[in-house]
Amino acid sequence: MTQMALVIDLNVCVGCQACVTSCKSWNTSGTAGALADLRPYDEDPTGTFFNRVQTFEVGSYPNTETVHFPKSCLHCEEPPCVPVCPTGASYKREEDGIVLVDYDKCIGCKYCSWACPYGARELDMERKEMTKCTLCVDRIYNEDLPERDRKPACVLACPTSARLFGDVHDPESVVSTAIRERGGYQLMPEWATQPANHYLPRRKTEISIRPDQIMRTDNPRKVDGLQPKPDASSPALDDAASW
Amino acid sequence: MTTPSRLSNPYAEPVGELDVKKTTCYMCACRCGIRVHMRNGEIRYIDGNPDHPLNQGVICAKGASGVMKQQSPARLTQPLIRKAGTERGAGDYEEISWEEVFTLLGDRLRTLRETDPKKFALFTGRDQMQALTGMFAKQFGTPNYAAHGGFCSVNMAAGMIYTIGGSFWEFGGPDLERSKLFIMIGTAEDHHSNPLKIELSKFKRNGGRFVSINPVRTGYSAIADEWVPIKPGTDGALLLALCHELIARGLYDREFLARYTNAGQLVKQDPDADDFGLFAMDPEGDKINADYPHNKYWWDRLSDRLVPTHTPGADPRLRGSYALPDGTPVKPAFQLLLERLKEHTPEWAEGICGVPADTIRRLAHEMGVTARDQKIHLPISWTDSWGVEHDEVTGNPVSFHAMRGLAAHSNGFHTIRALAILMSLLGTIDRPGGFRHKAPFPRAIPPIAKPPKGPHAVKPDTPLDGMPLGFPADPQDLCIDEDGKPLRIDKAFSWEHPLSAHGLMHNVITNAWRGDPYPIDTLLIFMANMAWNSSMNTSEVRNMLNDKNEDGNYKIPFIVVCDAFQSEMTAFADLILPDTTYLERHDVMSILDRPISEFDGPMDSVRVPVVEPKGNCKPFQEVLIELGSRLRLPAFTRPDGTRKFRDYPDFIVNYETEPGSGIGFLAGWRGADGKKSIRGEPNPRQWEMYAKNNCVFHYVLPASYQYMRNWNKGYMDWAQRVRMRRDADPILIHLYSDVLQRFRLAAQGKRPGRQPPPELRDRVEKYFDPLPFYYPPLESQCTDLTRYPLNAVTQRPMAMYHSWDSQNAWLRQIHSHNYLHVNPVTARAQDIADGDWIWVESTWGKVRCMCRFSEAVEVGTVWTWNAIGKASGAWNLGPTANESRRGFLLNHLISEELPMQGGSGHISNSDPVTGQAGWYDVHVRIYKAGDDEAKETWPQFPAMKSLPGTNSVRKNVQAYFVGKWKKRG
Repeated sequence: MTQMALVIDLNVCVGCQACVTSCKSWNTSGTAGALADLRPYDEDPTGTFFNRVQTFEVGSYPNTETVHFPKSCLHCEEPPCVPVCPTGASYKREEDGIVLVDYDKCIGCKYCSWACPYGARELDMERKEMTKCTLCVDRIYNEDLPERDRKPACVLACPTSARLFGDVHDPESVVSTAIRERGGYQLMPEWATQPANHYLPRRKTEISIRPDQIMRTDNPRKVDGLQPKPDASSPALDDAASW
Repeated sequence: MTTPSRLSNPYAEPVGELDVKKTTCYMCACRCGIRVHMRNGEIRYIDGNPDHPLNQGVICAKGASGVMKQQSPARLTQPLIRKAGTERGAGDYEEISWEEVFTLLGDRLRTLRETDPKKFALFTGRDQMQALTGMFAKQFGTPNYAAHGGFCSVNMAAGMIYTIGGSFWEFGGPDLERSKLFIMIGTAEDHHSNPLKIELSKFKRNGGRFVSINPVRTGYSAIADEWVPIKPGTDGALLLALCHELIARGLYDREFLARYTNAGQLVKQDPDADDFGLFAMDPEGDKINADYPHNKYWWDRLSDRLVPTHTPGADPRLRGSYALPDGTPVKPAFQLLLERLKEHTPEWAEGICGVPADTIRRLAHEMGVTARDQKIHLPISWTDSWGVEHDEVTGNPVSFHAMRGLAAHSNGFHTIRALAILMSLLGTIDRPGGFRHKAPFPRAIPPIAKPPKGPHAVKPDTPLDGMPLGFPADPQDLCIDEDGKPLRIDKAFSWEHPLSAHGLMHNVITNAWRGDPYPIDTLLIFMANMAWNSSMNTSEVRNMLNDKNEDGNYKIPFIVVCDAFQSEMTAFADLILPDTTYLERHDVMSILDRPISEFDGPMDSVRVPVVEPKGNCKPFQEVLIELGSRLRLPAFTRPDGTRKFRDYPDFIVNYETEPGSGIGFLAGWRGADGKKSIRGEPNPRQWEMYAKNNCVFHYVLPASYQYMRNWNKGYMDWAQRVRMRRDADPILIHLYSDVLQRFRLAAQGKRPGRQPPPELRDRVEKYFDPLPFYYPPLESQCTDLTRYPLNAVTQRPMAMYHSWDSQNAWLRQIHSHNYLHVNPVTARAQDIADGDWIWVESTWGKVRCMCRFSEAVEVGTVWTWNAIGKASGAWNLGPTANESRRGFLLNHLISEELPMQGGSGHISNSDPVTGQAGWYDVHVRIYKAGDDEAKETWPQFPAMKSLPGTNSVRKNVQAYFVGKWKKRG
């Protein structure tokens, strides 16, 4: 069985928000649109975004990490949002594991958003329909698009290639390889939702330098006469020892 | 594909006629290639063009939000004139036609040109058309022209160009593809953002180590392997200490220094002589280039005698003290650097910059050992400028990037000289894994272009003699009159700021208001928000714009603003010219300007319109061509007085720098058949060729011309042949700057010709040091640091880097207001809690805002996002929009002028060498706002009125959708 998913590399995400607005831009005029913006030019603007980047700090000064954390629907293998839906609008596709909302059936009751432990669903305030990340289901199989473009908009947009897309059930896929080799993890596994999306952790590269590496005997200070020279006039061991 | 409903059948794309158009983004200054996906003639979606070499298909938050730029209610659509009898700033305008605009403005400018052309001042913001705007100013004959570089990053440009002949961003950058260690210093994310992001992620994935030195950990610093917090404005001390440690440990690339820098060249050391500190010149030697003479000396360590520089088989001594045959004492430049660095130990630096000495040493060792032990060898043969053939290109894989964080301080020039010298000590200039130039750089040190050199260069009815902007090499190049007074309204290239290569836009309004050095008549501002976030001391500058003489006339008589949107600045215009957006016009990122070249060769690009201009908008490019033609400026006029160019596209194709030069605005597809590159006759089909080729032209140099370009004979000969460079002689790195020493000697009265006026002598003598040094920023030298102990700085958030789009419906949902970020330790000391309303006060002013705790900021620093705060009603946002009620500017705390040191009067709050605005120098204190005070930011300004022609109805809900749904089943 196929399970499409995103794997997000926190080691390179700089929090630029390219995925956020690319998602909005594609989806508002796509199959899942329109995505409303409320008070777009007034106080407290807000709107429907399938994907948001949260930024938070970890640790205390000066050992602080700043983490940019993109978050969208995780396309759980056991999605709690599906069984609670009274109309069957919320569903998980057999063929690729993508969790979707059939807007023709959605009554906007919000049960699914209460059930989702990740806060990944967005009720469109204009449509009164529940919306969420579709993994750009209208792109990834769309034969009107060149093959290179049949990926979610956020993945194509990401300047740091922090977003990988593929089938997490295919052990050879780019996402499975990344999860396996780079310590990919799921959010809140204790909820047993088995999110399909994974995150790759930060990795630190360090350079360790041994003292003997620093000052080499062939270093240019010799040529430039910067190495201290022996003081020929002061007493030496030879002057004092017979053996 | 045409099933009738939506996610019941999720593959269903809404119906409509689809089309994809390619052009170049302009949501910031990166200039990425974009695909604009159209449906039924409307913009459905914008993404990165995968065939564009710059961004390779990716896009940023701004670029993807370009759709919303077209929806902005702030969009200007009609030329507007301030209503007769109303006050400037009141916002009462009426529509006029373009014909009326050209008549009114043309007549006014014609009179100025016939009488005193410097009374017309043209200053532009982040425009990417300085080749045209600068040319217009030159043709008009006014020296009063500059773009925003003076208040952005001129210290970076000048500091590095005066040292290595190139700089970061458009001029060069870190070769992260081959680097192993990358050090980013200060905020630098907004310059070359997408390409740098692409490279940074590849670098990290390749196992490179990334160190960020910055008072704040945001942006790219978030993914750094190590964050080194530092106090703002003290980077110079850190860099000098790193140089000290590298030399102390023998971790410098001696071979590189000896051959490719002036380290071994002998400097005269007789303190009583008038040529003290200048290079000893061999009177018998070949100058090679009269303007940049090469006839200097080395002291050969192999034969232990004086030899001409670069004598084959010789190797210079880099230290010691020698004497010329006539007895003149001399020292190699490197010896002088050693003497300068002697006291600059890591312990000394720790006391200034707050970085522990052990950390400084460790960083120096990491840099030095990586550079030395991980050498890159590329099997590329090349010939150096002295005819020596090399069978490989080598490199030291340590690279750096810095921009405004270093630049926007009044000590930034010397800080950046220190950085360039550190990079040179490591042997990383134009070599793989280090810093690499981008065409047309490297350029001579300093570059050839010079500003007008005196009043004779500014004459009625005559183009300017010289370029409006340039690079002085000598006091004779300054733009001053016979009394040593500034000729330019911003006092650029005067003794106050001799090397102000990008002008001082931040002082134009204050100077014009005061009539110092003289009053002007017409101020034309293009795309710069000088009544808001682009000015220091914003409230006062707004008052100056409205201030009148005793006779009731405005002190700045006529203000023209060209912008696509209703910015804060438009309220102060007498005439408003509605510009187009980047999706509506032809545009050129010219090789004559600051093109988008890559390391491997020159690259330039264009924009082509993908949608129609709104209303009666007109591209500023067309406005200039029209005005130039009507004013009969020589470049725009045939000998018989008729206009030479139909419009901007016609101008771009047919203009040549000189008749028959073959050099024009675009380098690609030149020649009658379009087969010539860089240089060739005009090609009438040039636009078409660009449009067919992703709007970009990329000339890839042969591999042997891609490195070591300062001293690469093959590259230099090629660059000279295609006339990208006038000369082909090598460009030695200026560890020691005799250019600066010439100004110092003038200040010491040791030089014939121009000397600074008495009140500026000490200043010029002090700051024109031929070697980099650290001094506290000028603002802190005149601030009570016990009362105002905290450094306050700003940066732009990534979703708004280099953009002026906070009215963008999507981007403003990411940032609609800003906080002052404070380390909790610092805040709690003032009894301030997270989220509290606080006052931030400097010597110069105060603002009220909200406090946000952050562990990612150095304890002595507070910071905020810049330019999120907006004036009420500006950008046609609602009067109570978050930007105005909860957003704020730090600009109110920063003065555009400081008291003159050791004298009376005032002087620009800028770097004394370059005129770079000292944005990041201000010191503040913070304290809790009273419980009874309004919970809104202060200062507040009366709400701006919507201008005629803007969309006065702001939708409460916007559900942007292009195309149509088929009826649901």
